[in-house]
Amino acid sequence: MKPALPTDPLADDAAPQPRSRADLFWTFTWLALQGFGGVLAVVQRELVEKKRWLTREQFLEEWAVAQIMPGPNVLNLAMVLGGRHFGLSGALAAASGLLALPLLLVLALAVLYGSVAETPVAQGALRGMGAVSAGLIAATGLKLAPALRGSPMGLAAAARIALLSFIAIAWLRLPLAWVLLSVGGLSCGWAAYRLRGSAPRQEPK
Amino acid sequence: MNATMTPSDWLQLTGHFASLSLLGVGGAITTTPEMQRFLVLQQHWLSQEQFGSSIALAQAAPGPNILFIALMGWNVGLNAAGGLGAGATAWWLALLGMTLAMLGSLLPSCTLNYLATRWAQRNQHLLAVRAFKTGMAPVVIGLLISIGWLLSASHDRPGDWRLWLLTAIATLLVWRTRLHLLLLMGAGALLGAFGLV
Repeated sequence: MKPALPTDPLADDAAPQPRSRADLFWTFTWLALQGFGGVLAVVQRELVEKKRWLTREQFLEEWAVAQIMPGPNVLNLAMVLGGRHFGLSGALAAASGLLALPLLLVLALAVLYGSVAETPVAQGALRGMGAVSAGLIAATGLKLAPALRGSPMGLAAAARIALLSFIAIAWLRLPLAWVLLSVGGLSCGWAAYRLRGSAPRQEPK
Repeated sequence: MNATMTPSDWLQLTGHFASLSLLGVGGAITTTPEMQRFLVLQQHWLSQEQFGSSIALAQAAPGPNILFIALMGWNVGLNAAGGLGAGATAWWLALLGMTLAMLGSLLPSCTLNYLATRWAQRNQHLLAVRAFKTGMAPVVIGLLISIGWLLSASHDRPGDWRLWLLTAIATLLVWRTRLHLLLLMGAGALLGAFGLV
C-alpha cells in the first residue's frame, strides 16, 4: 500500500494516523461499544483527544459532512477516515468494526427482551427507555444548534429554517423527501446567495 | 403477531429500506416516520410495539443507532415465521429479514457517501459544496428535534403526559449537563418498570 497523501491542507505531516486496517477495525469497535444512545461525545474523545487522528477543526468539518450526508453519521465518518488512509478496504474495515460486535449484542438483547416482552415490567422498562431516547435525539439537535451562530447564512435565517423544518415534519407531518427538497433546497439556495457575496474562505470578523 | 411474506414481499421490504436510505439525512432515524407508515400502518408487517421496541432497544444498546433497522428486519422475519416458537424456521427468517433490511438501508447511502465525500474533498472550494454544507445544517437540527417530538407523540395511551414529561426532562438533562447517557437510560427503565410512566 502507498502512504496516504496529505490531501487536507490542515493536515500535519507528523499527525498520528491509523496504522492498519485492523487498527481502524478495533478503534471503531471500541468506540461503538462505548456509545450508548449517542456517539458524538465518544467519537470526539477517541478520535481527537486519544488517537489524535483528527484535529478538533478537522473533526468539526468532517462531522458536519457526515451528519448531512444520508446514512448514519458515525458510519459516514468511519468510512471517510478509513477511505482516506487505506482506500475502499480501509473504509470497509472501519465500517465493519463499527457494526459487527454491536450487531451481535443488540440481537442478544432483542432475543432476551423477546422472552420477557409480555411482562408488564419489561414493557414498562422499555417504554421508559423509549421516552428517554426520544429526549436524547431532541437534545442532540439542541446541542448542535449553537453551531448555527457562525453560519454564513446569518443566525436569524438559519434559526428560521430550523424552525420551519420542525413545523413541517413534527406538526404538519409532511413527507420527509418533500421537506428536504423544499425547505432544504430553499436553505441551500439562500446559503449559495450569501456565500457568493463573500470571498471564499473568508473568516468572520 | 403473524404476517405471511412472499418473495416479492421480501423484495419490497429491501426496496423500502433502500429507498429511504438516501433520504436519511442526519441518520436513518430521521426516516422512522416513513417506516412506521409503511411497515406498521400499511403492510402490517410489524406491530406498533415491535416498531417502538426496535428503536428503544437499539438506543439502549451500545453502538450506532442504525441497528434499529436490523431489529425491525429481525422482527418482520419473526412475524413471518409466526414467532420464536417456530424454532429453526423463525431464526432463519429473522436472520433473512435482518440481512435484507441492513443491506437495503446501508448499501445506497454508504456508496453515495463514499463517492461523494471523495469528490467533495477534491472540490471543497466550490460554491455548491459550501452552500450544501451551510444550507443543510439548520434543516438537520430542525429534523433531530422533530424526531424527538414524533417519538414522544407515538405513545397513545392514557397517562401520556408523564411520558412527555420524562422525554422533556431527558432532553433538558442531555442538553445542559454531562450526565452519563447510560444513567438516564437506566432511570427511564426503572421508572417504566415500576409503572411510574
